[in-house]
Amino acid sequence: MWLFDRDLWSEVFNTLGKNIFRTVLTMLGVVIAMIILILLLGSSNGMSNMFQNVFAGTASNSLFVWSQNTSEPYKGFERGRRIQFHLADADIIKEQIPEIEVLAPRIELGSHRGITTVYRNGRTSGSSVYGDYPVIDEVTKKKLVEGRFLNNTDIEASKKVCVIGEETYELLFEKGEDAIGSDVRINGVFFTVVGIYKPNDNIDIDGQNAVFIPFTTFQKAFGSGDRLGWMAIAVREDVKVPVVEQKIKKLLKTKYDIHPDDDRAIGSFDMSEIFNNVTTFTTVLKGVSFFIGFFTLMAGVIAISNILLITVKERTKEIGVRRALGATPKIVRRQIILESIVITVFAGLIGFTIAIGFLAIINGMLGDEVQDGVPLLNPMVSIPQFVISFGLMVGLSVLIGMIPANRAVRVRPIEALREE
Amino acid sequence: MIEIKDLHKSYKMGNNSLHVLKGINFKVNEGELVAIMGSSGSGKSTLLNILGMLDGADSGEYTLDGVPIKNLSETKAAEYRNKFLGFIFQSFNLINYKSALENVALPLYYQKVPRKERQEKAMQYLERVGLKPWADHLPSELSGGQKQRVAIARAMAAEPKVLLADEPTGALDSTTSYEVMDLIQKINDEGNTILVVTHEEDIAHMCKRIVHLKDGIIVEDKKIEQVRAEQYV
Repeated sequence: MWLFDRDLWSEVFNTLGKNIFRTVLTMLGVVIAMIILILLLGSSNGMSNMFQNVFAGTASNSLFVWSQNTSEPYKGFERGRRIQFHLADADIIKEQIPEIEVLAPRIELGSHRGITTVYRNGRTSGSSVYGDYPVIDEVTKKKLVEGRFLNNTDIEASKKVCVIGEETYELLFEKGEDAIGSDVRINGVFFTVVGIYKPNDNIDIDGQNAVFIPFTTFQKAFGSGDRLGWMAIAVREDVKVPVVEQKIKKLLKTKYDIHPDDDRAIGSFDMSEIFNNVTTFTTVLKGVSFFIGFFTLMAGVIAISNILLITVKERTKEIGVRRALGATPKIVRRQIILESIVITVFAGLIGFTIAIGFLAIINGMLGDEVQDGVPLLNPMVSIPQFVISFGLMVGLSVLIGMIPANRAVRVRPIEALREE
Repeated sequence: MIEIKDLHKSYKMGNNSLHVLKGINFKVNEGELVAIMGSSGSGKSTLLNILGMLDGADSGEYTLDGVPIKNLSETKAAEYRNKFLGFIFQSFNLINYKSALENVALPLYYQKVPRKERQEKAMQYLERVGLKPWADHLPSELSGGQKQRVAIARAMAAEPKVLLADEPTGALDSTTSYEVMDLIQKINDEGNTILVVTHEEDIAHMCKRIVHLKDGIIVEDKKIEQVRAEQYV
C-alpha cells in the first residue's frame, strides 16, 4: 500500500523541505483562506444562535389577532365602525379551526396599548394592564425572575393576583425590595404580586412595563363582561400560519358583518413571517460565508498548484532522470499530487487551529448570554461543517494538484536529459 | 543482445524534416564493449536515445534480449528501462538532495525492492566502485570522477542487460576519464554488455569495437585491440 510507503513520504517531504521558505509562503494562502472560511462560518453560526436565543421565548408559529375599525361599508353598516370581539369568538374559532394548538384570549385595560396608572405606596407607574389566561405562556414565554406566572386556580377563583414586569417593579418598588406578596392598586382595586418577569431580550409583544392579571379577575374588577381584546394563537407545527390567519379572519368577518375585502377591520400579526425572514437571512448568510470561504480556499490551493508547477519546471531534469531510471508516470504523478495534498492539509490544519482558537477566545469573552451590541452567540463551527470544509480542501488539492502532476508526467526523459 | 534493423528517425523542424538516422543495421552480442563514434550531428545521440527507449524510431526493428521494443506505453517503457538498461550520463545526473547511497538505490526503489535489501545492494555496488566511505555524502560533496562512479554504481544496481553510457567522460579531465574507463572495462570484463557513445578517439580505443556514424548511417564497424585504461591511471 503506497500510503504506508516510507520512501514515498520521505521523497515528498524532501522536496517540500528543499525550499522551506517558499513552501511556507505558499501555505500562507491556504492558512489565511482556512481562517477566513472558519471565521465566516463561525460568525454566521453565532448570528444564527443569537437569533435563536432572541426568539427562544416566542413560539415561532404564532399569530396575534385583534379588532380595529372597519374601512368599508357593509350590510347597512357605515365604515369606521369599531369591531369588538367577544370571549365566545375564541371558543368558536378553536372549535372550527382544528389547526390551532393554543388560543389565549386577552383583554387590555384602556385603549389598545393604553397606559393605566398603577399605584403602590405613593409610587406610580404607567403600565399596560392585561387580563390573561395562563396558556398565553405557551405562545409568549415569560422569563420569571421571581415567583410564578398566573395559573388555572387564579382563573377559576378569580384571584386578585398579578405578575409584573421588571420595569414596573423598578418603578413601584425600592431597589432590592421584596415585591412578592405586596399589593399594587389598579383603578382602585388591589392586586397581590405573585411574580416578576424579565423581558426575553426578544421581540417585545407585551412591553417590559406591564401587569398581568387573571382574565376572570379582570372581567369582575373592571366590568369588561365577555369582551375580548386580542387573541394570541399558536398554530400546529405542520401548518402554515398565513393559512390559519385567513381562516380566522374569514370566520370573524362573517360573524361581525365585515366586508370580505375589508383588510383594516381585523388586525393581525404573523410571527412566523419574521421567523422565516430571519431563518432565510441566516441560511443565506451561511451560504454566502461558505461561498466566499470556498473561493478563498480555491485561490489558496491554486497558489499551491502554481508553486508546484514552478517546482516541476525546476525539477524537469530530476524527473527525467527518474523516468530514465524506471519511474512510471503513475509514480511521478502520485508524488506531485501527494505534495499538493500534504501542503494543503498541513496549511489547512494550521489555519483551522488558529481560527478555532480565535473563535474560542471570542466565545469565552461573550459567555452564554446575548450581549448588548454584539450580534453573536457561541460562534463556532460544527463538526459536519469542519468535515465538509476539510474534505473540500483535500478534494480541491487533489484536483488542482493534477495540473502540475500532469505537467510532470509530460516531461519526456529525453528532453530532460538533453545537455545544455 | 541488441539487434537493430533498418532504423530510421527524422525530426520535424518547422516545415523541414531532418532525417537523422537513415537506416541503421547493427548487432551487439552479450559481453561486448562497443564505442559509438561520430561528430556532432552524426546521429549517435539519437541512436542511443532509441536504444535507451527514451525516444521512438520512425521505422525499423529493435530487439533487446529477444524482446521486440515497439509502441511501448510510457509505463511499459519505464518498466523495460528499469529492467534492461542502465544509464550513465555525461553530466552524471545524480539527484542532488539525495546521498550517494540513496542515488544508487533509486532504480531498486522503482523495482519495488524492500528498503533494507535495497540499501544493502546499493552499498555493495558503491563498494565495487570504491565509494563505500562516501555513501552518506551528497553529490555536491563529491568530485566529478566520484560522481560518475556513483552514477555507474546506480546504473548497475538494477542489474541491467545493457549499460548505455552517453559521453561518460565528457565532463572529466583525462586522468579521471581513464579512471572511469578503467572501471567500465572492469565491469565489461565481468561479462556485462556496454555501449559507450563518445567522440574522443582515445576513449573509443579503450573499447573492443568501434562503430562510426556519419550523417545517419554506419560508415565503419570494426573490432579493435583494446587499450587498457589501467596503465594510465
